[in-house]
Amino acid sequence: MKKKTVFIEGAISPNFISESIAKHQSKHTIGGHNIFLGQVRADVIDAKTVAAIDFTAYEDMALEQIAEIREKAFETYDLTCMHIYHSLGKIKAGEICFFVFVSSKHSKEVYAATEYLVNTIKKNVPIFGKEIFEDDTHQWKTNIK
Amino acid sequence: MITIKYFGMLAEHTQCSEEQLEFKPLTLSELVQDLKVKYQLNPASFHVALNHKLVQDCEDITLQLQDEIALLPPFAGG
Repeated sequence: MKKKTVFIEGAISPNFISESIAKHQSKHTIGGHNIFLGQVRADVIDAKTVAAIDFTAYEDMALEQIAEIREKAFETYDLTCMHIYHSLGKIKAGEICFFVFVSSKHSKEVYAATEYLVNTIKKNVPIFGKEIFEDDTHQWKTNIK
Repeated sequence: MITIKYFGMLAEHTQCSEEQLEFKPLTLSELVQDLKVKYQLNPASFHVALNHKLVQDCEDITLQLQDEIALLPPFAGG
């Protein structure tokens, strides 16, 4: 199974996102894009504020899982293309750590596909997050089920 | 040899991200039980993956030479 680039060291920059959009201008069968951007929240937990999340992953397994999820999404929805990126390393509050970009002929498909991708990746892909507080203590993040 | 990998809070707890153990024909559940005792792990705090696939029931699986086992705490991507 072909493995596409998913993991990016550091935050996903607004430039990277705009360049990804620009690259699709030559694909003239596309009628609609949908983008989901995950951003690191400065949650306040027991009076301490999250300053950053340090992401790690079981990369071999994560890439296999994402390849399967991509395949399922292409089977289920009529998509032209699909890009999934997730940050690794320390991402500060306010920065983008997750970028899902789906394109199709029509808008209906991209909404459903994006929701499927975001939810399935959060649930099934072995990515771990250490929430680092402003005082340098930390706790481990768990996605709400 | 078999390879055991630890991630996130489990790597922090065991102070180890990867170790290799001499191969023994154990079931996966016996190996996991050994690791729980060795590192005093809370069984509710992790899932087990065998060769990159999550395993629901470790009882019936016998380890093979060169298996890769991973102990995975709750996922936090997105």
